[in-house]
Amino acid sequence: MGCAERPDDFEKRRGKLKDMSDEELHQYFWQLVEKIVKPLIEEARTHTTPSIERSILLRMGFSSIEAKQLVEKMLQRNLLGHGAGRLVFELAKAKQLSIREAGTALLSGNYWEELPV
Amino acid sequence: MKLSPDKKLDVREVLKDLDSYRPRRKGWAWRKKIENNRIGPFVYKDTSESLIHSVPLPAATYFDNIDPQSDVVITTEIASGRFEDDLRRMRMAAWHGADHIMVIRTIGQSHIDGLIEGTPEGVGGIPISRKQIRATRKALDAIEDEIGRPINFHSYVSGVAGPEIAVLFAEEGVNGAHQDPQYNVLYRNINMHRSFVDAAEAKKIMADAAILQLDGAHNANATAKQAWKVTPELFVQHAINTAYSNAAGMPNDLIALSTVPPTAPPAPKMHYDLPYAVALRELFAGYKFRAQQNTRYMESDTMETTITHVLDTLISRMTSADIQSTITPDEGRNIPWHYNNVAGVNTARQTLMGLDGLMEQVELKQDGPLREDVRVLKERAVLFLEEILNEGGYYTTVENGQFVDQGYFPERKGDGIVRDPQGGDCADTVISRKVDYGAPVCSHFGNNSYAQNNNKPCEAYGGCTLCDPSKIQYIDELDEQDNVEKRLEQPIADRVAGLIRPEVEKHGDSIACVTLFVPESPKVAEAAALEMAKRMNLRNPEVISRRVMHPAEGSVFEIKGILDVAVNVEILQIPAMEALLSDEAIEAWVRPRDIHIVAATVGEDEHSVGLHEILDIKHGGIEKYGFHCHNLGTSVAIERLLDVAEETNARAILISTIVTHADVHKQHMLHLHESAKQRGMRERLVLVAGGAQVTEQLARQCGLDAGFGHGTTGRDVGSFLVRILREKWPG
Repeated sequence: MGCAERPDDFEKRRGKLKDMSDEELHQYFWQLVEKIVKPLIEEARTHTTPSIERSILLRMGFSSIEAKQLVEKMLQRNLLGHGAGRLVFELAKAKQLSIREAGTALLSGNYWEELPV
Repeated sequence: MKLSPDKKLDVREVLKDLDSYRPRRKGWAWRKKIENNRIGPFVYKDTSESLIHSVPLPAATYFDNIDPQSDVVITTEIASGRFEDDLRRMRMAAWHGADHIMVIRTIGQSHIDGLIEGTPEGVGGIPISRKQIRATRKALDAIEDEIGRPINFHSYVSGVAGPEIAVLFAEEGVNGAHQDPQYNVLYRNINMHRSFVDAAEAKKIMADAAILQLDGAHNANATAKQAWKVTPELFVQHAINTAYSNAAGMPNDLIALSTVPPTAPPAPKMHYDLPYAVALRELFAGYKFRAQQNTRYMESDTMETTITHVLDTLISRMTSADIQSTITPDEGRNIPWHYNNVAGVNTARQTLMGLDGLMEQVELKQDGPLREDVRVLKERAVLFLEEILNEGGYYTTVENGQFVDQGYFPERKGDGIVRDPQGGDCADTVISRKVDYGAPVCSHFGNNSYAQNNNKPCEAYGGCTLCDPSKIQYIDELDEQDNVEKRLEQPIADRVAGLIRPEVEKHGDSIACVTLFVPESPKVAEAAALEMAKRMNLRNPEVISRRVMHPAEGSVFEIKGILDVAVNVEILQIPAMEALLSDEAIEAWVRPRDIHIVAATVGEDEHSVGLHEILDIKHGGIEKYGFHCHNLGTSVAIERLLDVAEETNARAILISTIVTHADVHKQHMLHLHESAKQRGMRERLVLVAGGAQVTEQLARQCGLDAGFGHGTTGRDVGSFLVRILREKWPG
């Protein structure tokens, strides 16, 4: 069930809007939109998701199948908050491996205890 | 890969070496507008560069076969389920003026948490995978070379794998995509936190790859029962996605609002749709507009749909649109057929050409009801935004069922879509980034420990796939049975065997459609029509359109069925096309010989244009070769033609017969032949007929020497006359 029914009381509500110029109304429209969007974009700035992390591994040269498995394993170990790409990249640096070598080593079950978190 | 207009697109060639194929360009391409563009006999105001190859509109035959192209990008939506069949459909649409190919995804892909690989068959669209889009992009690259214009390839960055699909699209040169988290939330019940967090990443990736974004607001008026009442909300949905896209790093010129005129006749369309279109363009000045056609009220009558779409396109011209999208007119009755993609594209092309320069001549009134309605719409939208903030923000408002309510805001009917912010598909999958969170790649949105300085985050390991595409991992096929190679076996075998079948959706579907009028009451007529279709050997006949002409006098039906007939190309008797004589050769034979020709439009028929085209020197007619032409005009009796032929000692009679009522054109042709015979003139005279429904075969059946149909030129007739006269009177 949606919100409560309400008659069209536009004439009553438009009060202060009525006297605004078109330009003022447009500005006010966009001010309100900015306010609505602000908390949404802030959440995006500070959070991630399995899809975002898989997309990062794709960009680092992993296949969709590899990316999916890596992210699942990291999620199980509660590591995704550090960033899947960061975990692979830092492991590669620490072990002097290529990015793909580090990722496939993790897929084979190696180095999980040595991840830099 | 190079295409040749006389050869079919070879899917095997498309699939060859696909693992190493790279798109040759990225980003969206607009048409290049040309001011005061002279094409044929006209000067156009709103056109762009012409094509190398195309199929012009039918009436172009009267205007030197010109094919002007509007300045607006034209979209076609393609959804056969098999990408290899889609490619042929795309090629046909491109030849008719489409340069935005929107590929619909298979049902259910929105809920697949990851990427699909290989080439499985889809339902109502294709499973978007790397192989499918790479093959499509490769084919489109060849098609754009063939027609001479860039083609924008488009699909969807929605569902629960948005960021991955955005990466895939950026890597593979996809040019446009739908992206709007509100679509996930309202219509797919995907968790709202997940949808918005994913969306910011996807939008950043799209922005950096210059992929044009379309939003999803138009779905509200495809969903609401009374679509014109959700217009205040549409501004709100457009605005949320637009502002969110800007905040994620997308520039204004990559943000296109997807807008649909909300009503259709018999509703007073302009009264509702024009103020909405004007208000939208004023509130969103600086953004792009993709005008979609209305599907909300679509029934099975393709003519009705087409007329609504013409009116939609008129609104686009009066209020501006950067992209004119099209809907296949048969969408209300079946999965769109490929030739209806072409029909939809032509609706837009024909309308836009007809409206060329309109806004130089008219303007929308700046006072009166239009302005008042525009203002009211804007204020109602502002009140909607105020209420979102008063209620505690976007998520709470959706939870309260504020969206897609069919009350005209602030009116509420209490029937909006309700979603739980903590529920839906993929709930609880949003994870807080730790202080050390990092993503060593380009096009990443938000906090990132690798984005602290000016270097690229991927520089330390030699670049991500967006910088070094050689790192992309290509997967060919995962399913041994459900893949394009398997599906191609039958078409390839058919081609080798020379077998041809009818089709409307996919190779070999054998679907045919017949139109029947049955003079009975609707139910009796329908049963009779189906029985008739069966007797025509249509298997599984199904009525796809019915229209009552009168409750007692009859109804007209369109019936589809399977015509299980494969014709072998070897048994076909194809008339050999004789090469035309050159203008010089015709004139060299005619001029010294003093040849008289008598011509007229016969019967009760006042059409004179066709004959002028064939005879008059100023239209490129046969007079220019030196024939002495006696045009007796229109509504001329056959006997009179023969009289004049006798008087002038003519060698040929040309009749034009346009009216075909009760087969009168056949009667005229027979009459001409018989009368000439009776008067002893048949041997001497060459008898020729022309007209829209005249064919060579029909004319010969009626005893004449030749028949010329639509599209005939003076040279065709001149060349024929010289050949036959040379035979009759050598030397």
